[in-house]
Amino acid sequence: MSTVTEVTPPAQAETSGTEAGRAAIINDFSIVACTKNGSGSQTANLTILRSFFKMGIPVVGKNLFPSNIQGRPTWYTIRASKDGYVARTDAAEITISMNPEGAQDDYNKTAPGGVFIYSETGDRDSVKVDMHRKDLSHYPLPVKKIADPLEKDAKLRTYGRNMAYVGALSWLIGIDRAVIEAALRYHFKGKDKPVQSNMAIVNAAYNWVSQNWTKTDPFQVEKMNATEGLIVLDGNTAGALGAIYGGVNFVAWYPITPATSLADALGDYLPILRKSPDGKPTYSVIQSEDELAAAGMIIGAGWAGARSMTSTSGPGISLMSEFTGYAYFAEIPCVIWDVTRMGPSTGLPTRVSQGDVLKAYYLGHGDTKNICLLPSSVYECFEMGWKAQDVAEKFQTPVFVLSDLDIGMNNWMSKPFDYPETPLERGKVLTEADLERLKGFARYRDVDGDGIGYRTLPGNKHPFSAYFTRGSGHNETASLTEKSPEWVANMNRLSRKFESARTHLAEICAPVVDEVEGAEIAIISFGSTDPAIAEARSRLTKEGYKISYLRIKALPLANEIKDFVAKHKHVHVIEMNHDAQMLQLLRLHMPDMATKLHACNLCDGLPLTAKWVSQAILSK
Amino acid sequence: MTTETPTASVPTAKANIPNINRPLPVKPAAPAVNRIGLAKPDYNGNESTLCNGCGHDSISAQIISAMYELGVNPNTMIKLSGIGCSSKSPAYFMNRSFGINTLHGRMPSIATGALITNHTLQGIGVSGDGDTGSIGFGQYKHLLRRNLRMIYIIENNGVYGLTKGQFSATSDQGAVLRHAGRNDYMPIDMCLEAIISGCGFVARSFSGNAKQVVSLLKMAYAHRGTAVLDIISPCVTFNNKEDSTKSYDWGRTHDERINDFGFVPNFEEITIDDFQENEDKIVTMHDGSKIVLNKVSAGHDPTDVNAAIRLCMDAREQKRFITGLIYVNPNSPSLAELEEVNNDVPLAHIPNEQLRPSKASLDKLIAGWK
Repeated sequence: MSTVTEVTPPAQAETSGTEAGRAAIINDFSIVACTKNGSGSQTANLTILRSFFKMGIPVVGKNLFPSNIQGRPTWYTIRASKDGYVARTDAAEITISMNPEGAQDDYNKTAPGGVFIYSETGDRDSVKVDMHRKDLSHYPLPVKKIADPLEKDAKLRTYGRNMAYVGALSWLIGIDRAVIEAALRYHFKGKDKPVQSNMAIVNAAYNWVSQNWTKTDPFQVEKMNATEGLIVLDGNTAGALGAIYGGVNFVAWYPITPATSLADALGDYLPILRKSPDGKPTYSVIQSEDELAAAGMIIGAGWAGARSMTSTSGPGISLMSEFTGYAYFAEIPCVIWDVTRMGPSTGLPTRVSQGDVLKAYYLGHGDTKNICLLPSSVYECFEMGWKAQDVAEKFQTPVFVLSDLDIGMNNWMSKPFDYPETPLERGKVLTEADLERLKGFARYRDVDGDGIGYRTLPGNKHPFSAYFTRGSGHNETASLTEKSPEWVANMNRLSRKFESARTHLAEICAPVVDEVEGAEIAIISFGSTDPAIAEARSRLTKEGYKISYLRIKALPLANEIKDFVAKHKHVHVIEMNHDAQMLQLLRLHMPDMATKLHACNLCDGLPLTAKWVSQAILSK
Repeated sequence: MTTETPTASVPTAKANIPNINRPLPVKPAAPAVNRIGLAKPDYNGNESTLCNGCGHDSISAQIISAMYELGVNPNTMIKLSGIGCSSKSPAYFMNRSFGINTLHGRMPSIATGALITNHTLQGIGVSGDGDTGSIGFGQYKHLLRRNLRMIYIIENNGVYGLTKGQFSATSDQGAVLRHAGRNDYMPIDMCLEAIISGCGFVARSFSGNAKQVVSLLKMAYAHRGTAVLDIISPCVTFNNKEDSTKSYDWGRTHDERINDFGFVPNFEEITIDDFQENEDKIVTMHDGSKIVLNKVSAGHDPTDVNAAIRLCMDAREQKRFITGLIYVNPNSPSLAELEEVNNDVPLAHIPNEQLRPSKASLDKLIAGWK
């Protein structure tokens, strides 16, 4: 997190309502709830998020959580933005401090002119900080006094106390309690009992603060109509659903943050969505002993003809290296979701990064280049979830989907997913009848000139169907060879296949281009940097800057990216890693224009802010 | 478990039941074809590139015999291996079967993915002591824990051959090799490890004992889950000194058969000639095949897990080379059964229309997130 000296002044008030002489700030601020890990604050935070969404206010929720299980501080940020900006901001205007640990730091970081709501319980759970700032509005909240009498079960009291700040906030910024109740009903899937017990605490807190607080801050929410038709979801759930609608029928995985919730979502939704007419599962999910085995299992399944996938993150990708190379050369389809995070090992496993670009692209040994899809949103997680399955079988190769912690684990507004518009693409598979007609086949022969051979699946009953699969040293007929020309020919065919993939991806995952007439400056980026770039461009445009933007959706890089670069004088490649990895790939892709491409990267474990993007571009 | 439908009529002749203690029935003239109409050469593989006299080649020959005699459809069998001399051998038998030569120590995970998504295939995996006991030890143990239905052969020679003579995890403690020097560590007992991991079929044999290997392979084929065959298979180039417990000399002079058994596959009726009341115990496999154990001739009861563990421990302690069926439990469900994917249509062949849920189902989900 940035320090207090870097914060932006609060947004200019634009509307009429005033409190204590200050112009009201409506639907344009961030809230950060600082709670204890494992205290059940998720219900409280998601209720606030969902309430804003139900009021029609554009909103985004981000969980910033250290790698702990219980007791330590965790932060949840909710941004309401009338302009529809959903990037992280440098500082929150409203700080809700429920955890004494680190509270002073949270206090200091609150945006100028902001709000500090803090737990005052008269015991060791009380937030005690030096409240020296005259610019803040301070509101004490006796959460235990309000919530504990309403919760008979002592074990549930910590959960209830977090609902107290929801009630307090509803009074302070004007969230209709009927909306809160509707949000709770959503959260508890319509179950009355928890809705009522939580609403009792919300109401108690509302009543208490209405009698004990005097509003001295300008922050308010008002109903809008900007979320009509949209949904709120996290990227990992979207990715899992994309895979399910893409026909995945075998999943092997090993727990790892931030990819676990993708496998969890598969486990949640497959039983609902995927039964055969006689009620049997049309899928299998296996939690493997490690990521090595997960890779082996999905490759075994891909070899047998299933649509297979795994979800993992950096350390798991490292373990899958040998198997990825194997599947690349043996030409076996499978899909690997890499929900990227900081690496390696432990320390920052719950922080975001785009540090696996080069690794995933080149994963393997002995000249491998892998197809990578690069979603930037919840919507694209769904889209690439099903497309990845098609691409893997079409090109008979491992396909990576590089999402990240920010997209994957946070709650985003999204337009509803579009049902896949094309039928399942199963690739070149020969049946018994095909073999009878053809009188045989050669597994690795380039019959069609696109570098993609025809394969048969184990269990094919035709006497000519069988072949022997190996990593290296095979010729066209999949026979063992150590003859150099045969292997060279195979490598050349793989290159042709890769170029076919480049052409295909340029169609189904084409770069998203927004070319501005007369712009000399341009941005190239990919993935979860998109919201910060969108906000920065919007703000810079208002200031008169002209900046074009191209967002990459797949590797290998589309050739049209060269045309885009050619049209601009300076192209800033924005990414969240230290070595400017995408920049390196772009320079290799267009060496003659390499000097036009500039590194514009940050690797600090946090989602980019629009302010950083603007400053980074303007300072070049 | 699913067995393939025979494509030729089942012969009524009594099966050749190997039983080392009884005179074998007079063998009828070798039939030209087996019960599915294939000749023995239909089970052949490529010419071996292993050293002359390698134990592994004998095992390949026994696989060909066993699968031919059982009438296994080669098109529904998949051959798998890891890396090493042993792992080259799937190319040397059953060319009409799909084969996959995977990564060092990683055959179990590939097998799991392939056989869970197509449970109608029969898997036969060939590994070695390095491939299973060292680099692949974790995957081996987890394969057994999951009870994936497949035959898992460890061609155990106590040495790394392809990399020219390093010690493996099953090398004898105190063994001395020309380049590797002296091995100070305890060998891993693959059978003991299998039993304690929950494996329901554990056998040890010697590549020089063709008859025993063939009948164990047939029994392994009938097993519901993972069937482990730890077959001592001498390396003539690097580890065939007479004092090595993995040498031909040692095998021939120390082979101690712990039980006598016959096998009646499920496509044959068991007859009165197959077993002797009061003397034999019958273990019925999940597919209906029967193992006929002679209770009198040997003391070990392979259905007793504690006895099996004790036998392995004692044999290691006393340097006894025990062969035969060490442990059998035909009742544990296989992975495909546990995962409920043992339906008529294997996962890998489910039609597209069942793989993509309806648009209405997506609309319903979306309405719920609004």
